[in-house]
Amino acid sequence: MTPLAQLIEAALFAAARPVTAEELVTLDADASLDEVRAALGQLREHYDFDGHGVELLELGGGYQVVTRPAFAAAIERAQLGARQPRLTPAMLETLAVIAYRQPVGRAEIEEIRGVSASGVLRSLQERGLIEVTGRSDGMGRPLLYGTTPLFLELLGLADLNNLPRAEELTIALQPAKPQMAGPDDDAAAYVAADA
Amino acid sequence: MTASVLTTTLVPDAPASGIAPPSPEAAAILGSLGFVVRLESFSGPLDLLLHLLREEQIDIADIPIARIADQFLAAIKHLGLNQAAEYLEMASRLVRLKIQMLLPRNQDGEAWEDPRAELVRRLLEYQQVREIAHWMSAAADRRALRLARGYLPPSPELPPLPLTLDLLDLLSAVERVIASILHPVLHSVVARPLNVEGAALRVQALLAEREEFVWTSALGPSPTISDVLSLLLALLELARRGQCFMIQPAVFAPLVIRRDSSRPAH
Repeated sequence: MTPLAQLIEAALFAAARPVTAEELVTLDADASLDEVRAALGQLREHYDFDGHGVELLELGGGYQVVTRPAFAAAIERAQLGARQPRLTPAMLETLAVIAYRQPVGRAEIEEIRGVSASGVLRSLQERGLIEVTGRSDGMGRPLLYGTTPLFLELLGLADLNNLPRAEELTIALQPAKPQMAGPDDDAAAYVAADA
Repeated sequence: MTASVLTTTLVPDAPASGIAPPSPEAAAILGSLGFVVRLESFSGPLDLLLHLLREEQIDIADIPIARIADQFLAAIKHLGLNQAAEYLEMASRLVRLKIQMLLPRNQDGEAWEDPRAELVRRLLEYQQVREIAHWMSAAADRRALRLARGYLPPSPELPPLPLTLDLLDLLSAVERVIASILHPVLHSVVARPLNVEGAALRVQALLAEREEFVWTSALGPSPTISDVLSLLLALLELARRGQCFMIQPAVFAPLVIRRDSSRPAH
């Protein structure tokens, strides 16, 4: 490995969080962003091909050294580390809506899921997986939510583009702004059936 | 718990609904009880509806509303009230759709707008959300197997609830706080016991001979602050018991103590 790759390895070891390439550039005044990226590639190959228990993962826009999945069970048995608690189905469904529709308000989430969302939104905010990104111009200026880098980290994604795309799902994605079921729609349907 | 368990011909299915399939043990228990479904295993009315459609192998685009509405109503019949509103709202939608489907359709060949269209759209949309949630769940599981450095399990050492402290704990905590102050200003506090009983006896003695008196008459010649406090507490206690009445004839006027409240103060 080059000295730069070794320096990056040391920095990633010291930081207990994903570190962005931009942050890694500041390690060495002579290194360019491209050189850092090349060194990261070298480090990844080093871990992957030289028989290491750890690997380099790109998470939420940053890089982190993590253990290989095969060792998780043994590490947990020895109580040297533990997995993150799993998300509840309600949390996952709410995150799914927010991830694809962000920025999105509570009313839209509730409309899609058919259940109240205030409790689950609060828990997701407390876990740092979503954040308020602004307010809608609509009536009452409701809060709008979006996902955080921690959300990407939790799913092991580099960015939102790593989420499954429309064509990979069995059901085609609806357009970003679907027709909301308002009283008017219902009334129209009723009149149509009544006519 | 019993309210959320009902007997119908349904069993929550596992992989298709994606999230939180029942564990083998739970499935075995469910099986041994006959056909039992726990409504709390559904994350909402749309989930329950999708489940019913799958059970009946129904094409989502052509839902037999009457049958599904009846099944939906049967399924939520024993639902705990805490979640009922959301399910009831869906039930009322379904019943209305059922009625709409019974209405005669337009005769003159005009395009007939299917009243189920909105429901179908919502179901498809929700099914898609379920699919994404399922994918996310799997991604999170894969990610959770990769432990980052320095990750320690959350500390289980929370203080026992409810917090219990005895006087000794409290005093030693005070000691620690005082010890951390560089130049503590310490006061010695002398306890001056109040004599509420004595003051009450004096008030009762005065009331025995007089119909009313100004409260300061119950004080001795040179009252101390604890004498005044004792008297005030005694008066409040006697008034609470209904053994005397306190009247303030005018703003800022001294309190008048009366034996009874029947006559107005002059």
